[in-house]
Amino acid sequence: MKLITAVIKPHKLDEVKAALEAFGVQGMTVSEASGYGRQRGHTEVYRGAEYTVDLVPKVRVEIIVDDTDVVDVVDVVVKSAQTGRIGDGKVWTTPIDDVVRVRTGEHGADAI
Amino acid sequence: MVSATSLLAATTAEPTFDTGDTAWVLASAALVLLMTPGLAFFYGGMVRVKSALNMIMMSFVTIGIISVLWVLYGYSVAFGNNGNGFWGGTDFLGLGELVNDPITLNGAPYAIPGLAFAMFQLMFAIITPALISGAIADRAKFLGWGVFVVLWGSLVYFPVAHWVFDFGGATADGAGWLAARGVMDFAGGTAVHINAGAAGLALAIVLGRRKGWPASPFKPHNLPLVLLGAGLLWFGWFGFNAGSALGANGVAALAFTNTQVATATAVLGWLLVEKLRDGHATSLGAASGAVAGLVAITPACAFLVPWSAVVLGLLAGAVCALAVGLKFRFGFDDSLDVVGVHLVGGIVGCLFLGFFATQRSGYATADGLFYGGGWHQLGVQALSAFSVLGYSLVLAFVIGFAINKTIGFRISEEDEESGIDLLEHAETGYDLTPTGSGAFRPGPAHVTTKTDEGVPA
Repeated sequence: MKLITAVIKPHKLDEVKAALEAFGVQGMTVSEASGYGRQRGHTEVYRGAEYTVDLVPKVRVEIIVDDTDVVDVVDVVVKSAQTGRIGDGKVWTTPIDDVVRVRTGEHGADAI
Repeated sequence: MVSATSLLAATTAEPTFDTGDTAWVLASAALVLLMTPGLAFFYGGMVRVKSALNMIMMSFVTIGIISVLWVLYGYSVAFGNNGNGFWGGTDFLGLGELVNDPITLNGAPYAIPGLAFAMFQLMFAIITPALISGAIADRAKFLGWGVFVVLWGSLVYFPVAHWVFDFGGATADGAGWLAARGVMDFAGGTAVHINAGAAGLALAIVLGRRKGWPASPFKPHNLPLVLLGAGLLWFGWFGFNAGSALGANGVAALAFTNTQVATATAVLGWLLVEKLRDGHATSLGAASGAVAGLVAITPACAFLVPWSAVVLGLLAGAVCALAVGLKFRFGFDDSLDVVGVHLVGGIVGCLFLGFFATQRSGYATADGLFYGGGWHQLGVQALSAFSVLGYSLVLAFVIGFAINKTIGFRISEEDEESGIDLLEHAETGYDLTPTGSGAFRPGPAHVTTKTDEGVPA
């Protein structure tokens, strides 16, 4: 099993969600995040004083999938989150040992 | 029927109150009170999340403190009739003598109860110290602020209100020394705005810069709140300016008109400067422009014809938009621009009268330079502006310095870092998390309210 973590542009969340649902992904965890990569931040002006804001609002999507689906799901996320402009985000995978469904106590692939 | 008083015995046997005038002044007093919560929101939205409540509380506690002082001795010091040019005296201590009296200003009786006038003026006395709080955002001990309000109100605002606003009793004796010289300040450009702006400058210097200023950003945490506050200020300001006519009459209508047009054009003036200089017209700029226009028109609203209020508004909006940058040049942390908006805006409005005041407005007692009145009025306006500025600056500095050296006026660096709301008020302004930030009630041992069974209520 793998944990797929995607940090994407907030306005792409709906597209990513729809694409994952269409693929058959059963659930995900979404949280608000902020950060920067090569995009860096932007400038804001308050009463004429300029401030550089380098932490940009992002959305973090976390999905647990079976090993056989990892490549496909990552592909779905990348395709649906892409705008082609700088600041589109990152997707990475992490191996995980076990998953437990709290309601039933099921383990492993059954709990996904 | 109100019985005749000694004050009015010479003019009317049985003074009656004009119900329309009285209703307008009482309603105006309520409008001016609303400006202080409006100011609290205007300021509160501009600070960071961790000090929003303290910013708002500095205004609210000022309502409490000044209201008490005003009844006890504030009104008497400002508008008493047995003092001299520098203070009003003692004859209205406790407001007891005022209950059934009409007021007499500039030798002429007004058909409103003295108490209506006292309450109307109280609201001015409240908002003036509250204005100062913007200069010391995020870092002033709450007790130190309270003591400052008591001392500055007593030693600066009450006497200065007398200098400018008190035109004397039945025979115009005991008038304030600036009022006697013919200063034109209809609703408080000097006594309120220059006064508060100068004190703000002094306190910003006494308390010093916030940690990290000016290098790190101190972004406003809630701009809609700032705009809401500016809207409430604009609304309340009609009471401030048009109410200062002390009657429901043509002067009030003129003041109302000029207040609206000058504020509108100041919004445009500020936005224009921003668009040209920074590339964007900002919402904070619109709110700030509105307040700058309101400040500038305050002394002038009954002495100008409306087209010159258009000029004054544009000028004030543009000048204040540029003046808020001064603090970075001179290195004083006037956090929310009390100097750039209120001191500078007040001076602009006050001096503008020296050029554009005209008796054609129907209420001005003299003409400005551009209406053939010569340099005289400009001189009087400058004298008033800079004597109030100097007096307030020095006294606020001394009071602030004394508080800082005794009970302390500034919170520790560590508390500033974690936020003044928690330190001074044990509260946080916003709790938007579903878990309530893990808040829980303390166990029964700490619960004071219990039901009969001894179970926490």
